[in-house]
Order: sequence, then C-alpha cells, then structure tokens
Amino acid sequence: MKAKIRKLVTIVEETRRELDREVDPPTRRAAAIAVIENPFAGRYVEDLSELIDIGEELGALLAEKAVAALGITGGQAQSYGKAAAVGENGELEHAAAILHPKLGAPVRKVLEKGAALIPSSKKRGGPGVALDVPLGHKDAAFVRSHFDGMEVRIADAPRANEILVAVAITDSGRPLPRVGGLKSDEIKGVDGLR
Amino acid sequence: MPKVELRKRALVIEDIYHEGGPVAATPYRRAAILSVIKNPFAGRFVEEIESFSNDLKPLGLEMAKALIDALGGDPSKIEGYGKGAIVGSAGEIEHGALWHAPGGYGMREALGGALAIVPSAKKVAGAGARLDVPVTHKDASYVRSHFDSIEVGLADSPRADEILLVLAMTTGPRVHNRAGGFKASDIKVKDGLR
Repeated sequence: MKAKIRKLVTIVEETRRELDREVDPPTRRAAAIAVIENPFAGRYVEDLSELIDIGEELGALLAEKAVAALGITGGQAQSYGKAAAVGENGELEHAAAILHPKLGAPVRKVLEKGAALIPSSKKRGGPGVALDVPLGHKDAAFVRSHFDGMEVRIADAPRANEILVAVAITDSGRPLPRVGGLKSDEIKGVDGLR
Repeated sequence: MPKVELRKRALVIEDIYHEGGPVAATPYRRAAILSVIKNPFAGRFVEEIESFSNDLKPLGLEMAKALIDALGGDPSKIEGYGKGAIVGSAGEIEHGALWHAPGGYGMREALGGALAIVPSAKKVAGAGARLDVPVTHKDASYVRSHFDSIEVGLADSPRADEILLVLAMTTGPRVHNRAGGFKASDIKVKDGLR
C-alpha cells in the first residue's frame, strides 16, 4: 500500500427509537476511517498524484470495512458519503486530492452501483476535530429520506502530519422520515439524481 | 420496575498499527460499545433506584457479547477492559453508578471470568460530551502495559433524560508499550491486582 496507515477506526450506529417511537427496522450507518501520514505535510508540493493514488486505495479499503461492519452485501447499501480532515501542517488541497479524483470508483465497485455523486466535506483541524460526513442516496441524489450526516471524530487524530479519511455507508435513510420528496422506491437510478 | 428502553446502539473499533514506532505485526485493537437508554429517574429525585441495576443486567451481558464478537468472537483474545456512563443533564451521577454492577457482571460472564476490578469513569453532561473510558488488564490491575483508555461519545447523546452506557475492551498491551512495571507474564497471585 502507498498509504502509511497509523490507525483504522470503524464506527457503527444503530437507531432503535426516536422520542417515543420505535424505529423498526432500526436505521444503521457505519463509518470506516483511516489515519494516514500526509506525505506532503509542511511543504508546498505541486504534483499531488501520490495522494490521488492513496485515495484510490482507501476507497476500496474503507468501503469494504464499512460494509463488513454493517454485515450486509455491498449491493444492500443505500447511502454514502466521504470526508477528510487534514492535520495542521497540510493543505485543504491534500484532502481534495484524496477524495475527489479516484476514491469514488472503488467505493462504487464495492457497493455494486452508485450512480449518484458521493457527497463530501473536508476541513483542516487538530486532533479530535469533529468531521461531519454528509450522506446521500447512492443511486439518486434527490431521495429526500436519505439526506443525512454522520459525525465522526478520533481523539488523537489527525496529528499535524496526518490526514483522517472517512467513508460512511448506510443500509437505511433517516429514522422516521416524513418530509416528503422523492422516495427511494420511485427512483430510476440512472442519472444519479432521480 | 422500570423497563430498559434502548434508543441507540453504537460500536467503535480502533485498529492501531503504530504510533510513530515500528508497525505492529498484528494491530492492537481497542473497542467500545455504547447504548443510549432512557433514564427512568430523570427530572426528579427518586430514593430507591438500586433495583434498576438488576434490570440492566441482560443489557450488560448482551453488550459484552456483542463487543467480543466485534473483536473477532474469541473471549481469550480480550486482555483489557473498562466501563463508563454519561448521564444526561436531567439525571444525577448516582444514576450512572447503577452501571457498575451490570456492566462488570456482563463482561465477566461473557469473558468466562476476569479477576481485576473493572476501571470506570462517569459524569453528567450534555449531548456530544466525550468520555475517556479507562482500561486495565482484566486479570491484574497492576499490569502497566495494559493501562490505556478509549475516548467515546455520540453527537446526539445523551439527551437530558437519557443515559449513555459504555463497555470497552482491548486485545493487548499499548502498541509501543515500554514504560516498564509489572508485566502480564508475571501475573501469579490471582487476586485481581498482580
């Protein structure tokens, strides 16, 4: 692997109730997070292709970990998102290099589909920074019941010379969705939007 | 007798490969399972609360088993443990203390016995609060290589009338442990301390 991984963290959340209502079946989402060394920390580097390749590796690794944590097949995944937090000696562009050019294709391969854009967020921050990973339906971005977000954080990461990379995957939308909009059973899943 | 009402369950697994030193052949793993339950005593002073501790026993056992499963399913691979609770702001710290017996019982039962006292931490706090759950060797509290902790928390928990309950387990010593002291290989007395 090109990525120098210090740590992998997997988080699974299962919501069984909201206020006095049972959520049946429970909604479940998982995030797999890698803490890697930033090869460009502390200096300006023009060519970011090393990070772009690292993004490709991590897309496969993290999608597989998240799907395994949910105990589902890739095809059963319903929504997804990605995010990165760059330590203080790095640039936001380093997060962009990991997330945008090549990370998506291997994620879609693991999920068997994924016509929609993978929603993303990025930031620079110190260890313990909270990263809100946006979530959207994997085949139709307009599915309103699946607009969501998952907060992840790791107390000791990212260190100044590290990057925290997260892929979040769910097998469901929000608990008790009822704000209308396009429903998941109405989608065509061809153009990634509807 | 109040019934245990579970709103949410979360699982966090950290695979630690290194912390700046040599990369471990097998990553050191630490994990925590979190349950967010309704606090049956929120908002008022209730004198008799102890019986709720018994109500929590099945939950403690179920959480301990799920945590062992998440770490590979073999109880003999678990070497460290800890527990904790965050009580929502409409409760008192004493409500968190109700977790001492069922949390410890659940882990000992699921691990097939463990001699050391289970280290713990608890506090009253708002949603999103983080808790450092202390971890020590499960059979001998003085084993220095296994002193550790895992930080946990959930963005939306505990709500004012909830309690967040935590169990934590680890698979070995800290990844680069070299601070000396009593070793796991020296455990003889079997009194839970040495």
